[in-house]
Amino acid sequence: MSDLHVGSERADDAEAAAIERVLATTGPAVARVSARVTLGGMQATASRRHLLLPGLWALQDAVGWISPGGLNSLCLALGVPPAEGYGVATFYDLLRTERPSTTIERRCDDLACLLAIEPPIPTDVDAVESSPCLGQCDRGAASLIQTCGAPPRIETPDREPRVDAGPSPRLLRRALTGAVTSLADYRALGGFVALAAARTMGAEAVVDAVTAAGLRGRGGAAFPTGAKWRAVASETATEKHVVANADESEPGTFKDRVLMERDPFSLIEALAVAGFAVGARTGWIYVRGEYPEAYQRLVAALDESSAAGLLEGITIEIRRGAGAYICGEETALLESIEGYRGEPRNKPPYPTTHGLFGAPTVINNVETLINVLDIVEHGPDAWRSVGTHDSPGTRLLCLSGHVEHPGVYERPMGVRLADVIAEAGGVRGARPLQAVLLGGAAGAFVHPDQRDLELSFEAAHEAGVGLGSGVVMLFDDTVDLRAVVRRAARFFAHESCGQCVPCRVGTQRQVEVLTSERPDTALLDDLEQVMRDASICGLGHTASSLVRSARTLGVL
Amino acid sequence: MFGAGGGTSSYREIEDADVIVLWGSNAREAHPIFFHHVLAGLRKGASMYVVDPRRTASAAFADVWLGLDVGSDIALANGVAREIIAAGLVDREFIDAATDGFDELVTAVEPWTLDRTAAITGLPQLQIRDFAHAIGGARRLQLCWTLGITEHITAVDNVFALINLALLTGNVGRWGSGLVPLRGQNNVQGGGDMGAIPARLPGFADLTDASERAPFERMWQAAVPSRPGLHLSQMFEAMHSGSLRALWVIGENPADSEADGEHARAALGALDILVVQDLYLTRTAAMADVVFPAAAGWAETDGTVTNSERRVQRVRAAVAPPGQARDDLAIVFDLAAAFGHDWGAPNAETVWNEVRSLSRNHAGMSYQRLDTLGGLQWPCLDDDDLGAPFLHGRLWARPIEGPRAPLQCVEWQPPADALDEHFPLRLTTGRVLDGYNTGVQTARFPSPIRSGATLDLAAATAMRYAVDDGEVVRVVSRRGAIPMTVRIVESLPPDLAFTTFHFPEIADVNRLTADAWDPKSGTAEFKATAIRLESIDADTQGGRA
Amino acid sequence: MTIELRIDDAIVTAEQGDTIRDVAARHGVEIPTLCWAANLTPVNVCRLCVVEVEGSRPLVPACSRPVEADMVVSTNSHRVRTSRRMVLELLASSVDLDRAEPELLDQIEEYGARPERFAAGATKHAPVKQQDELYVRDYQRCVLCYKCVEACGDDAQHTFAISVAGRGFDAHISTEFDTALPDSACVYCGNCIAVCPTGALTPLTEFVRREAGEWRPDQQSVTRTVCAFCGVGCNLDLHVQDGEVVKVTSPADHDITQGNLCIKGRFGWQHLR
Repeated sequence: MSDLHVGSERADDAEAAAIERVLATTGPAVARVSARVTLGGMQATASRRHLLLPGLWALQDAVGWISPGGLNSLCLALGVPPAEGYGVATFYDLLRTERPSTTIERRCDDLACLLAIEPPIPTDVDAVESSPCLGQCDRGAASLIQTCGAPPRIETPDREPRVDAGPSPRLLRRALTGAVTSLADYRALGGFVALAAARTMGAEAVVDAVTAAGLRGRGGAAFPTGAKWRAVASETATEKHVVANADESEPGTFKDRVLMERDPFSLIEALAVAGFAVGARTGWIYVRGEYPEAYQRLVAALDESSAAGLLEGITIEIRRGAGAYICGEETALLESIEGYRGEPRNKPPYPTTHGLFGAPTVINNVETLINVLDIVEHGPDAWRSVGTHDSPGTRLLCLSGHVEHPGVYERPMGVRLADVIAEAGGVRGARPLQAVLLGGAAGAFVHPDQRDLELSFEAAHEAGVGLGSGVVMLFDDTVDLRAVVRRAARFFAHESCGQCVPCRVGTQRQVEVLTSERPDTALLDDLEQVMRDASICGLGHTASSLVRSARTLGVL
Repeated sequence: MFGAGGGTSSYREIEDADVIVLWGSNAREAHPIFFHHVLAGLRKGASMYVVDPRRTASAAFADVWLGLDVGSDIALANGVAREIIAAGLVDREFIDAATDGFDELVTAVEPWTLDRTAAITGLPQLQIRDFAHAIGGARRLQLCWTLGITEHITAVDNVFALINLALLTGNVGRWGSGLVPLRGQNNVQGGGDMGAIPARLPGFADLTDASERAPFERMWQAAVPSRPGLHLSQMFEAMHSGSLRALWVIGENPADSEADGEHARAALGALDILVVQDLYLTRTAAMADVVFPAAAGWAETDGTVTNSERRVQRVRAAVAPPGQARDDLAIVFDLAAAFGHDWGAPNAETVWNEVRSLSRNHAGMSYQRLDTLGGLQWPCLDDDDLGAPFLHGRLWARPIEGPRAPLQCVEWQPPADALDEHFPLRLTTGRVLDGYNTGVQTARFPSPIRSGATLDLAAATAMRYAVDDGEVVRVVSRRGAIPMTVRIVESLPPDLAFTTFHFPEIADVNRLTADAWDPKSGTAEFKATAIRLESIDADTQGGRA
Repeated sequence: MTIELRIDDAIVTAEQGDTIRDVAARHGVEIPTLCWAANLTPVNVCRLCVVEVEGSRPLVPACSRPVEADMVVSTNSHRVRTSRRMVLELLASSVDLDRAEPELLDQIEEYGARPERFAAGATKHAPVKQQDELYVRDYQRCVLCYKCVEACGDDAQHTFAISVAGRGFDAHISTEFDTALPDSACVYCGNCIAVCPTGALTPLTEFVRREAGEWRPDQQSVTRTVCAFCGVGCNLDLHVQDGEVVKVTSPADHDITQGNLCIKGRFGWQHLR
């Protein structure tokens, strides 16, 4: 709601058509009833703001960039001030506000791809940019190709990655056999049984079951899911939301992508169960912008499920991220859906009371949500039958780096690190193992001496590492771990939202110190302390954890 | 209002309103900081209706913009009143307990069906009905207006029509509910309060009432005339008729600002003596026999001004006036001395204390209290009184205190300057954000957004009259013609032209405006001029002048 | 509802909804702030006001965190001081603070910040933007406190001519596509200038004097008066140096303006010259 002053440029035909599609169901923020009457106002504007990111994507897809005319017309239609529209557009790597070369390759040079043996695939592109991890670490050196007039696509070596469901196949049960792309196939594999079961049990019983199962979040924070659900279920607000955090972007993580590409219906179903359980009538799936295939499969699965009348009581919207790691932080993700820059909120209050559009909101990672299907269908006791007492269930592990068979491995919680590595074929070329990275760029190195470590929340905590998002990245003896640390530092500097001083300047300074001949440890100490203590969100809190880990190992 | 002569609410109250109506007010540009309070109200969930022929900067923030035909305000208000009554949205208890004239009003507005209201205002019936229901359903209504209501020949009746809506729905005299006339100049309210209107003395005392005159006569030890003086429009008539021969103009630029400017300047030119007291050598000052260079009241002298929420606040001298410029008060005192009256040494505070001794409403407003309390809102009766955020709370006492509030039956009439085949286009005028009146002050700072005076038209209007964006056309009214540059805008409905009056040197708009005025207030109808457009090219090819 | 909590060594009472900063200030405990202002919604981005709260792993921003019953707050612990010192070092090593509010310069002293430790680090480079006769925007002095964005946006003006654009260290204040200010939505209310704590935004009249070494706040008097234009009655503080008005502001604690003005109020005084 503003004066809404825009420059004189307007959308061209292709851009105008793109904007029209985004506004198809709502119409513009200001409706002209006659030459003498308009309807608009703060509510009309506020209720359309969430269409900003889809609108920007529509422009990007249509003409390859966000042109001044396209932005002006979109902003006029939505009632968004153009400066804010620009502020949002420039927040995301994949949205371009300068007319780009026709085809751009964003080539991953992040932790796993640094180690890739294959050279990058030659592509017919006009420009190459560096990209943070594209979540294709199981496939090898990956690129995201952005071509004007088309949605982005991924290029990887033509290699079939491992999908190994292990001794207790649950999460990967359906994904094992390849992609489940039709509702019929999904139902044949037991799909939508859990949702029916949930409805029979009743909402409260579902929350009870999830609580009794002891499910903890798989996104990195390990928060008890049942507690989160109960908090939202007990809110009396009429507006509530459930959100699937599918913005998987921790370097070395790709399990949620594999789930969504191969078993998209399960996420739709799980989100519907969550909505039913907590009394939310709207569900949102926020998919990472670098996952075009997962996005398309989810859209198709949602369309088919809705058309079949399976999603009664909940409306699900799928949103595409646009290249910003920080949007995996739950409150940044909410801001992004709402049409603002993906800047994390200060907490408290938490999303369970003040979430999406200020309403009580459950936000869960993809893997977490899909666990719910088994809990509801087979009961919490059956679900708890694998894993450890404090970390029940299975875990998806993303093996990458110098491992013989990269891929997603589903293993009971508490599995020995050495066993998973062995089952993945051990270190590639049987070279000596130098270190294992657990938890991604925000995680920590594990020395080969710690290969007996049990991968459970409690054992990892005791060892001073975190399971994070399930990253198990191997480094053989040829790797310069300092380069890995520098790359991780560069990642955080690139991905800092820029909101708070400790992280905005601190991540930059950390790169500078690490790049110097002999990194000054006093400066690293101080940077670590201010980022960990005074940053707004987890990005800053953990931006120095790999540095610390490397120093503990004596690498730095 | 109801004899009080001031807005009933404080700015702060609009933040707690649930329905805000800006009627003939573009506060976003004309009262920007008041609009901040409006915005706070909107953020807290109020809905806003903007009634204005133009889709102004304020209307851009509205839930509903109602672009009524220029001068059809009474039609709309009466139609809304009828719908409020017909739909049973009247606050019956309040009407019975605190007002007079309800039955008469019911009869008077009965002809204003939605159908007829729509025909006169140009608004769709559905939106008129919705508007009525919004007002009728409001728990706390703030009804604000400015010169869009008062620069018409039915100025006072327009105001009555709006007051009716507030009274019908019980939206006055309570926190958050009220009537808010936004004053155009920083001390319009104070000027009126101090008696700078023909029938009043300081404190809004009635000049014609001997008992109200008496304290002044005692204080001044002189007889106070019992006959009201002339208002501005009457003065110009008197100048034309030759009965007014000498004029002393203080801080006003009528040579530029009067409607039908040519006519007005002729009147000024025919005076025996014209004295002008101003900061600058304005167009009026340039015509004067004597010019008193004056200090800037707000930065070079001490005193008080009163704002649109009846708040009296201090102005203070921060710098010395330039050259020979002097405090207005000093000039007046010296002139008195020249006439043989020794009023002593000029001092703003002693003058103010005299006001306080004569005006009960200001009695509690010592300089010291004004300083420490950041101003006080009248009435402020004594040194313990913190002033009144809103007026007429008395109407909610049962039984009410004081007189009942009268509902007034008012009848619509079209603007005096009628549209016809020779003058088919309506021109209305207004302020822009960075401009103020005739631009005497605002032309003297380098505004990056200064627009200049253009003749704004909707694209459809420009097409209809075959003129282009940027084209210079001759704008002709029944009184005169001036060249103006056309600008195509999106804020106007068809067949309405708009311009500002801040740039008389670029476009002497008041050569066009009509000096028809409201017999009750004396205000000229600046808002409704009938014009036609002529091509400058045609003129050079022998068209008529 | 009244609650009790501990701030440093004292048990204090507070109302539910008060922030830690509010309560501390009331009890004479000063907590430094940069991005906080009385007339703006706290954005808690500068992190200068962080304090230690028992039970919270990270430090918490005092400017926005509501107090809770039995909270135990340390406003000046070693951890707190280290974070503040580092925030100041990070800021002072990346932007030019020589025209910042005196409080900020005092804090650099008080916390022993040594920005020169990062002398080799990147700094914000931006040419001075003067695109009209009223404003100067010198973004190499910008600490990204968001105050200007808030004042232009939904805390006051609702014009939204500027926003934060870009990300991370490259984040900066911008109009859409860096459009020149006179072509943007800007209405020159100057409410951004009024809240800028570092001299990144100044009226041209002040900037010119500063560049010439003729800006002398210690020799300025401030007189409060009322704006001469419309009938709203905005309070103006006239800053006078050498017998001339050199700047106009409005008191942030006056309920009519809350420190905000329009173009006429903030710049219309120039007709006096």
